[in-house]
Amino acid sequence: MSVLTPARTSGRTVNAQENFSAWANRHRKWLFAAPAMIFVGVLIIFPLAWTLYLSLTDSQGSVRAASDFVGLENYLTVLTDTERFWPAVGRTLSFTLVALGCEVILGMGIALLLWRPFRGEKWVRVAILLPLVATPVAVGMMWRLIFDPNIGFANQLLGLVGIPPQPWLSGQDSALPTTIFMDVWQWTPMVVLILLAGLTSLSDEPDEAARMDGANAFQRFFYVTLPLMMPTVIVAILLRGIDALKTFDILYATKGKGGGSFHEVETLNVYAYGLSFDYNQYGLSSAVLILFFMIIVGTMWLLTMRKKAVSK
Amino acid sequence: MTLLTEPQAPARQRPQVARRKKPLRSRAYKTFRVVALIAVVLFLIAPLFWMLLASFKTNVDIYDAGKSFLFTPTGENYANVLQRNNYFVFIFNSFWVAFVSTALSLVLGVPAAYAMSRFTMHRSALVVLMARVIPGVSLLVPWYYVFSNLKMVGGFEVLILSHMFVALPLIVYIMMSYFDGLPLELEESAQVDGLTPIGAFRRITLPLSVAGMATAGILSFIFSWNNFMFALVLSGSKTKTLPVAIFDFVSYASIDWGGLMAAATVVTIPIMIIALFTQKYIVSGMTAGATKG
Repeated sequence: MSVLTPARTSGRTVNAQENFSAWANRHRKWLFAAPAMIFVGVLIIFPLAWTLYLSLTDSQGSVRAASDFVGLENYLTVLTDTERFWPAVGRTLSFTLVALGCEVILGMGIALLLWRPFRGEKWVRVAILLPLVATPVAVGMMWRLIFDPNIGFANQLLGLVGIPPQPWLSGQDSALPTTIFMDVWQWTPMVVLILLAGLTSLSDEPDEAARMDGANAFQRFFYVTLPLMMPTVIVAILLRGIDALKTFDILYATKGKGGGSFHEVETLNVYAYGLSFDYNQYGLSSAVLILFFMIIVGTMWLLTMRKKAVSK
Repeated sequence: MTLLTEPQAPARQRPQVARRKKPLRSRAYKTFRVVALIAVVLFLIAPLFWMLLASFKTNVDIYDAGKSFLFTPTGENYANVLQRNNYFVFIFNSFWVAFVSTALSLVLGVPAAYAMSRFTMHRSALVVLMARVIPGVSLLVPWYYVFSNLKMVGGFEVLILSHMFVALPLIVYIMMSYFDGLPLELEESAQVDGLTPIGAFRRITLPLSVAGMATAGILSFIFSWNNFMFALVLSGSKTKTLPVAIFDFVSYASIDWGGLMAAATVVTIPIMIIALFTQKYIVSGMTAGATKG
């Protein structure tokens, strides 16, 4: 920062610079924090307020077009909509819960496998990193080819063990589980990394003490390691859960608008995106978004409470 | 599940002997561990390998199950994607947006994270972290409206702004946990030696935080490179980024699988190469703040 460059010119500039330097140092707390906060604040608070306003109007077609204030009508429409909204809520929750469940259980298993050093560790770590950094849209396209009912490798593989071909992404009931599988493939590595960091930071003593007391491996995991790991597990669930609830890329890349022709994979995020940008129903989509936002914040709040309880 | 196979009975009676002799059960666990690790690696790598193979096949070969692994490789898909579909432009766009948004987010985010860490401004930090929680769609309609009125939609500025919105919370989050772990004493003694607080930040703390900034910067670059939804709405034909370009690939009637896989490979390869060289940083960024109570 310029305040630190020693002044070479006249005494007056030196004085002004010293004053500024003193002022900057006194107010450094907000001088440092404010720009980032203002940036995020302006980009969030104003749109959020606008979304809230739009959700109370019948705005559609173009945001510029005149719209009438309709009060809570949109919320009423949305909350009584059993064709699109509630199924979307169901899909969002089942996608998140099933994917998260698989990721945490698999992630814990893999983290335990990796816990103690072994030969070739480096290569396993590279393999874990690759899905994690791959572009989700490209990942969606990759799975589209693999799960293609006619030419996909998945059905070739099933054919080897004598299982008839499956419709995968194009089946009405199998599309959502298939996308969950894709999510698990991509994000289990992140859970592994977080849990592994937690495991390595544990001290050996409790485990060793339990071993001396004659606890078997099973008991040591469930009564010693797992309780100590609980705060880390909850952090993993929190970080992963927020993103899982908002999953959009792989769903839109594999099934397109409306989550497929029967809305097989239409979660709240896909539904709200479609209402906004494919059908221009701004009033309705804003109501959906406000409700969605409340679901996310509610879930986070519950998890944070749980974490505090566990940490004590 | 993995632990079930470790020695049980011997450990209970004679733990010392049990560990020195490595009984049968321990060997069974070792074998199990190797098999399980190979399975994990295959599960994670095989799909990517399949994508890479398909990108070198002609569309006729892709439809032929007999040529799953044995085929004559062709570079035609890549030639198509890179030349005819102008992918060099999209590669540049993706790179430019990711680079500038990361750089600007570091400038804004690092001092903010420092202040939030040193003055324990938890509520202020929450404001920034809200950006990570909020669904992007709810911001896009107002953004689109405002920016199209300002004639900015389709330009780099608005894309960079929206990607900064992804990068900044990430950087603040990672850097806060980094500064939390940096001892205060160094700054204090620098101030005793006559540096101002800001001077101590600039001359002592910042140079010590290069590793943290690298972590935050690399992760934010990757997240920006991979971002799809913001670019889908806010980019124009001249500023289209790679994920949007791939998505447009399938909007034609029949899918050119070879080309699509080549395009998907072109997007993922640069980011994977970066990841291989910066593995350590990515891991520490992904796990930042995870192990504190």
